[in-house]
Amino acid sequence: MSEFLYNAVDIIENIKNQKVTSKQIVSKYFDNIENKNKELNSFIALNKDLALSKANEIDERIQKGKPVGKLAGLPIGIKDNICTEDFETTCGSKILKNWHPPYNATVIKRLTNEDAIIVGKTNLDEFAMGSSTEHSAFGPTKNPLDLTKVPGGSSGGSACAVKADLVPIALGSDTGGSIRQPASFCGIVGMKPTYGLVSRFGLIAFASSLDQIGPFANTVKDCATILDVIAGYDPADSTSLDIKRDNFSDFLDRDLKGMKIGLIKEFNEYLDPEVSQNLNLAADLFANNGAAVSEISLPHIKYSLSTYYLIAPAEASSNLARFDGVRYGLRVAGKNVDEMMINTRTQGFGPEVKRRIMLGTYALSSGYYDAYYGTSQKLRTALISDFKKAYENVDVIITPTTPTGAFKFGAKLEDPLQMYLSDIFTIPSNLAGHPAISIPFGKDDENMPLGIQILSNALDDSKVIQVASILEKLRDENVT
Amino acid sequence: MTIQNNSTDDSEYSEYEPTIGLEVHCELKTATKLWCGCKNSFGEQPNTLICPVCLGLPGSLPVLNKKAVEYAIRIGLALNCTVQPSIFHRKNYFYPDMPKDFQISQYDIPINTDGYVLLTDGSKVGIVRAHIEEDTGKSTHFSSSGRIHESTATLIDYNRAGIPLVEIVSAPDITSSEMAKSYVNELRNIIVATGATDGKMEEGSLRVDANVSVKKKDQIELGTRCEIKNLNSLRSLGKAIDYEIDRQIQLLNSQKKVIQQTRHFNEDLNQTVTLRTKEEAEDYRYFPEPDLVSLNPTGEWINEIKLNMPKLLIDRRQSVIELIKDSKEMSQLIGTVNTLVDQQLDTLFIETVGFGSDPTLTLKRLTNEAANSIDAAKKLNSKELAYLINLETSGKVSSTQSKAILSNLLENTSETVDSIISRLNIQSFGDKEIEQLLDNLILEKQDEFKRFVDGDDKVIQFFIGQVMKLTKGQANGKSVTQILLKKRNG
Amino acid sequence: MSQKNNLISKEQVLHVAKLAKLSLSDTEVELFSEQLSHILGYANELRDLDLSNYPPTSHPIELENIFREDVVIESISNKKVIDNAPQSSNGQFLVPPILND
Ligand SMILES: [Mg+2]
Ligand SMILES: [Zn+2]
Repeated sequence: MSEFLYNAVDIIENIKNQKVTSKQIVSKYFDNIENKNKELNSFIALNKDLALSKANEIDERIQKGKPVGKLAGLPIGIKDNICTEDFETTCGSKILKNWHPPYNATVIKRLTNEDAIIVGKTNLDEFAMGSSTEHSAFGPTKNPLDLTKVPGGSSGGSACAVKADLVPIALGSDTGGSIRQPASFCGIVGMKPTYGLVSRFGLIAFASSLDQIGPFANTVKDCATILDVIAGYDPADSTSLDIKRDNFSDFLDRDLKGMKIGLIKEFNEYLDPEVSQNLNLAADLFANNGAAVSEISLPHIKYSLSTYYLIAPAEASSNLARFDGVRYGLRVAGKNVDEMMINTRTQGFGPEVKRRIMLGTYALSSGYYDAYYGTSQKLRTALISDFKKAYENVDVIITPTTPTGAFKFGAKLEDPLQMYLSDIFTIPSNLAGHPAISIPFGKDDENMPLGIQILSNALDDSKVIQVASILEKLRDENVT
Repeated sequence: MTIQNNSTDDSEYSEYEPTIGLEVHCELKTATKLWCGCKNSFGEQPNTLICPVCLGLPGSLPVLNKKAVEYAIRIGLALNCTVQPSIFHRKNYFYPDMPKDFQISQYDIPINTDGYVLLTDGSKVGIVRAHIEEDTGKSTHFSSSGRIHESTATLIDYNRAGIPLVEIVSAPDITSSEMAKSYVNELRNIIVATGATDGKMEEGSLRVDANVSVKKKDQIELGTRCEIKNLNSLRSLGKAIDYEIDRQIQLLNSQKKVIQQTRHFNEDLNQTVTLRTKEEAEDYRYFPEPDLVSLNPTGEWINEIKLNMPKLLIDRRQSVIELIKDSKEMSQLIGTVNTLVDQQLDTLFIETVGFGSDPTLTLKRLTNEAANSIDAAKKLNSKELAYLINLETSGKVSSTQSKAILSNLLENTSETVDSIISRLNIQSFGDKEIEQLLDNLILEKQDEFKRFVDGDDKVIQFFIGQVMKLTKGQANGKSVTQILLKKRNG
Repeated sequence: MSQKNNLISKEQVLHVAKLAKLSLSDTEVELFSEQLSHILGYANELRDLDLSNYPPTSHPIELENIFREDVVIESISNKKVIDNAPQSSNGQFLVPPILND
C-alpha cells in the first residue's frame, strides 16, 4: 500500500487502473493525519466522512466503467484562505472563525470537476501575512523535518502536509513567496504561476495585485499535473488571462539544449557562503549539461523588498476593511456601529495583521501616497523593465529560494524586518507577475533543505517547469 | 426665499453672491448590478438580490457590466463631455451599508470630462466630470422619536449595493436656488432622454448633493463651502440652498466664519444641520482598484453608441423650434416647446404640421387642451388633427368649437372630426351669418353700439357675449371683432 | 529608540489607527511608532531614486476592457445571505445605532 503514496501522478494512475481504490488511498492518508496532525498542526479543518464518501462514489464510477476526471480520487489539502462551501474558511484568523462561505473558489470547482477530493484546510499565517506560520490564531504549524523549526509561511500548513505525507498535493497562495519559501523550508516543490494564469476568485485577498494560487507537490511532474487543472481563464476574475496556454505536463523530461540561464548579479551581496555554494552547484550542473549560464544585472531588484512592503500592506489595509463585524465573522459589541467595528477589529486581528494594516493605511494616507504607494508603483515598472531587458538574453533566471534554511520558532518574531527579509529572493516575481518555482536542492549546515528558485518571463510557466524538471533529475543523479 | 428667525434685510443680501456646484448621482437602468449578475431592481424584499460579489464576501471579485459603461458613455455624450480612457479607484471609508468598506469609484481619471448643459433660458452650466461608481446598501434607523441621532439600532438591506451610478459633477456656475432647480430639471430631462436612467427623484434613482458658498460681490476668491447631502426633490434642493445661503450670509454679516462641513437637510424643520466638520472629514486613501483593469472604450464603440442613442432632447426641441421660429409669439413659446417635448408629443406635432396645420396653433392645442390626457393625445391621428386645426384657422369652426371637437377626439381617437361635427350638430357660423346677427343686435342695443363707435373697445366683449349666446357658443369671437371694427371704420 | 527619532510619531500612529478602525494600547502605540518607523525608514531608500521615466504599474500584466454582459444571474437565497450574520432581523442585517454618542 505505502508504495502508492508519494507521487500524485502514480496515485491517479493506480486508482484509474483499479490497482488501489480511492477509498484505500484516502484512508491511508487519514491514518497519517490522525498520527501526525496533532503534533504538526498542519490541518485546521478536516472532514474524513465527506472525503470517504466522495472516494466511494468515485470508486463506484471507476468500477462501473463510467468516465471520471483527470484527478479522480486524489486527496488534496487547501490553504485556508481559499473559499470552500464544505469547510469553514478562516484565514487563520479569529475574525473569521466558524465562517462558512456560501460559495466555492474557482480553483475548488476546477479540482472537484476533475474528481479530486478535498480532505481539509491547512494552516497559515493569519491572512497569509507572515513567513513562518507562527501568526495563526490556530497556533503554529511545525516543520516535519525538525519540530523546533518553522515550516515557512504563509502557506506553512500546506507545505508541511505534503512533506509529512498527510496529502500528496496541496494548494497555497503566494503574495511575496508564500508558496516557494515554505516549499524550500520543507524540501518540496512549490510554484507560483504567472499572475492571471490561475483564477483568484474565491481566494481571500491579501494584496490583490500580487496574490496568486499555486500547487505544492513532491515532484515537478505532480506540480505540472495540478497546474494543468487549475490554470485557465475565469470570467469571474477580471485579471484572469484569456489566452491559449501550453499543456505544462508536455514540458517534462526535455533537455537543456540552447537554454540560456541567468544569475542575478545584485543578489550576490545577500548570499551566505553555504547558500552561494549551493547556487553555484546548481549553476554548474546546468552548465555541464548543455545550458549557457551567465550573470545578468537587474539594477532595480534590490528595491523589491521596500516596494513590496509598501504595496502589499496598502492593498491589504483596504482588502481587510470588510472585516467589520457587520455581515459575517466575529462581532464584539459596542454602543454604536463605530465602536462595534473598532472592538471587533481590535480583538479579531492578530499583531502582524494589525501592523500591516497600520503600515498600509499610513502609506495610502493623504500626504504620503506619492512618496510611498506612488513611488513603489513606479519602481514596479522599473523592475518589470529590468526583467524585460534580461529576458532578451536569458530564458530563465536561477536564485536561491531563501537566504537561509528553516529557522527556529520565535527567531524572527520580535523583529518584523528580519522576518520580511526571508522573502527577499521571492518577492520580485510577485511584483513583476512572473512565474517562479522552488525545487529542493542541497542542505544547510543544520541539515535542513535549501531550495533553488527558477524564474521566467510572464506566461513562460512551461519554461519554468521544463528547467525545474531537469534540475530535479540532475539533482537526483548527481547530488547525494 | 424661505427665511426663519431672519433679521437681515434685503440691502445686506445684495452685497453677497452665492456660488453653487451640484453633484448629481443617477442610477443606471441596467438589468444587473455594476459588478455582478444580481438584478438591478427597486422595491424587492430586503437582501434577496445579493450574491458573494455585491455582499463583498471575502474572496469575491468584481467584473464590469458592459451595459453600464455604454450608459455612462451615452450620458457623457449627451452632456457634451469628452469620453476618455479611465480607471477605477477604491475610496476607502468605513460605513455599514458599504459591503467592502470601500466604494469602487473613479477618481482622477474619470470616463467623461469637460461638458456642459444649456439651460432653457440660454445660460450654460459646465460639467466637470461624469464618472461611474457603485451604489451603497440602504440603512433603516430604528428609534422611538424617528430621529437618526436617537436611533437604537440600524437594519441594513444590501439590495441596492452595487447598483451602477453615474455621478455628474457640475462646475460652480450656479448662482441661485432657481438656477439650481432649473439645472437639475434640464439635466434630468437630458439624461432620461438617453435611456440610461429613469431619473426618479422620489425613488432615489436621482439624488443631489449641493456645494454652497457665498462671497462679497467684489471679492474674487470663493467663500468657504458647505456640502448638503442627499437632496431628493427639487423642492428640497431649492429650500436647502436658500436656507444655506441665508445661514452663511448671516454668519458673515455678524463677523463669524463659515466652517467647511457636510450638512444634512431636515425636511420637517426646513433647515440644514451639521453632519460632520472638515476635521472629522475622512481621508479616503484613494488608490487604483487592483481587481479591475483599465477601461479604454474604442472610438468604434463610442461611435456605435452615438449612432444608436435615442434622439436627444436638445435635438428634439430644436426640431420643434425650427417649425415655430417665425411665430410672433416665439419668445413666449419656449416653455411650451419644453412641455411638448417632455410629454413626448413632439413627434405628433411635427407630423401634424407636416399636413399643413398652423404650427403655433397646433402647439397650443397640444400643450393646453391635450395636456390632461397625454396617453390619448399620443394616439391622435396627425392627419385628423391637422384637418381640425385647419378648420379653426380658416374660421370654419370657432376656437370653442375646435376645443370641443378635440376633447371628443381625445375620448375616442378612432372617431373622425367630421363624424364628431355631425354628431354634436356643430354649425359653422361664417362671417355672413355673424354679420346678419350683429346687424340685428346693433338695432336692439343702440346705446352700446354708440359707445363703441365713440372709441370704447371694451364694448366688443359685450357684443361677442351676445353673439355667443345666440349661437350657443359656436361663433368665432375673432370674426365678431373683425366685423365690428370694419363697421366702425367703414 | 526615543520618540524624537521615530519617523512616525505616536500622534500619527493614533491617527492611522483611527482611520483603520483599530484601538491600540499605549504599549502598542509605542511599539508601532518604533516598528513602522523602522520599516518605512528602510523604504525611504526609494525616495532618492529618479523614477520619473517610469509610469506607475498597478497591474503586473496589462489588460483592458474586461466586461461581463448585462445578464441576470440568480442571486443566492436570503437565508444563505443572512446565515453568517452576527445579528439579523427579518432578513436584514442588524447593527448597533449608526450615530449615538
Ligand atoms: Mg461619489
Ligand atoms: Zn450580486
